[in-house]
Amino acid sequence: MRRFALIAVPYLWLLALFLVPFLIVMKISLSDIALAIPPYTPKLDLTGGWDAVTSFFKALDFENFEFLTSDDLYWKAYLSSFKIALISTVLALLIGYPIAYSMARAAPEWRPTLLMLVILPFWTSFLIRVYAWMGILSNEGLLNQFLLWTGLISEPLTILNTNTAVYIGIVYTYLPFMILPIYSTLEKMDDSLLEAAEDLGCSRTSAFWLITVPLSKTGIIAGCFLVFIPTLGEFVIPSLLGGSQTLMIGKVLWEEFFNNRDWPVASAVAIILLLILIIPIILFQRNEQKQREMEG
Amino acid sequence: MKRFTWFNVTALTLGFAFLYLPMVILVIYSFNESKLVTVWAGFSTKWYGELLQNEAFLNAAWVTIKVAVFSSTLATVLGTMAAYVLVRANRFKGRTLFSGMIYAPLVMPEVITGLSLLLLFIGIGLDRGVLTIVLAHTTFAMCYVSVVVSSRLVSFDRSLEEAALDLGCSPWQAFRLVTLPIIAPAVISGWLLAFTLSLDDLVIASFTAGPSATTLPIKIFSAVRLGVSPEINALSTIMIAIVTVGVISASLISKQASLKQQRDEQAAARG
Repeated sequence: MRRFALIAVPYLWLLALFLVPFLIVMKISLSDIALAIPPYTPKLDLTGGWDAVTSFFKALDFENFEFLTSDDLYWKAYLSSFKIALISTVLALLIGYPIAYSMARAAPEWRPTLLMLVILPFWTSFLIRVYAWMGILSNEGLLNQFLLWTGLISEPLTILNTNTAVYIGIVYTYLPFMILPIYSTLEKMDDSLLEAAEDLGCSRTSAFWLITVPLSKTGIIAGCFLVFIPTLGEFVIPSLLGGSQTLMIGKVLWEEFFNNRDWPVASAVAIILLLILIIPIILFQRNEQKQREMEG
Repeated sequence: MKRFTWFNVTALTLGFAFLYLPMVILVIYSFNESKLVTVWAGFSTKWYGELLQNEAFLNAAWVTIKVAVFSSTLATVLGTMAAYVLVRANRFKGRTLFSGMIYAPLVMPEVITGLSLLLLFIGIGLDRGVLTIVLAHTTFAMCYVSVVVSSRLVSFDRSLEEAALDLGCSPWQAFRLVTLPIIAPAVISGWLLAFTLSLDDLVIASFTAGPSATTLPIKIFSAVRLGVSPEINALSTIMIAIVTVGVISASLISKQASLKQQRDEQAAARG
């Protein structure tokens, strides 16, 4: 009985507040927009018996999804989210790898401190970290003041409200997610492998590419997915740092829902975003499983 | 022997400068006299004073803390139960669905979680307010808690629990006297994680909050959309200070606790 309650309580909670809401989104994505509260039709009325249920299912259609393919705003937004997420992931890898690598080479008594320094920003409000860049990147911001002062530029650069600012924001906020998995694979690496390679005549650079990088592969893959997956649906960064030309699907969904009040289309946008995300999520879980098997 | 080269020093210096400079600048400019956030006009704490007079911010802060305390506590209880089920109950109907529902919210984009919960609340006619935010935050935070706690439960030596049961403890007593003290560090860090996730959340709260309950992130977001303001800098500084003190003291406490546990376990082993 106790065992039953132990399973049932969290189970029912997740069913009611995770699975059911999700099914509602699916259902509304197949409904039509209506001038009513709530603003969609049909509504399932169980008091009407079986006829009501069949007519309910007959009223569902894929119109919203067809609408998404006909209006190029949407597929452009999906493509552009994908591009922004991909570029940011590569940038985060290029910046994060040297940091993780150097952390793993630091003296063992320093590593816990360095690790905490990487984790600490993660505990600080995401919103504040994005906001911090607004003051730096604006036209009169500190970066432009600094560049003008050094004489590198004579006119202030427009960075805020462009895609460049979005890249900076994403790399900045998601960098710890890239550093941590790479660091944890590099830290476990056996250094005698490098010594052996060098004894056998490998240069340091080729030892790095032939040994260190392949051995940290699972960390690199995990880090890339940890940056890529949340970036794809990102809303805060494009809406604060990006401009009107920054198209990201999280932002489109938000505007569709709050500004246009088109719930069926917003739901359809959500469903497609999720379908796109399934592939990287499955790949990520495979990678995690492989890592566990290697350790186990 | 590991070589710590100039390259490593430079990478670490530049890396940590990148991670910390924006926040340092934010903190410095919160003490700026001028209303123009980019021009330094002398030291002043006046924005902190104005912040303390701003009723809207104080109310939002209070709502946020209430939501965070309730949701993180609830999430810790539910998440610990879920972790126990994940690790210990290997066979029951729908286990795959259960573990799927634990992991899926971790990767679900916040906009989708928020949207789906809002549609549920409207569907069942629940008025949006503090309660709906608590329900929403509990749901996604319990998944994080269960991941943290289950990683501790996996490495836990079950024979201790079995010994307690053999010596006449009821299952609940064994859990309370043996299991819980051992997994306590994970439960506490799970609670802290849930608490910060709730404090921090903008997107899910925006969907599930009603006009009667505005949280601090929602308030900050709508203020920040209009541009940088010294008051927000002051508010950010306070939040950064709280987090820094909290994280550093939590890590010191957990370090001491793990040292003590190591000593206790060694003493017990010597018997």
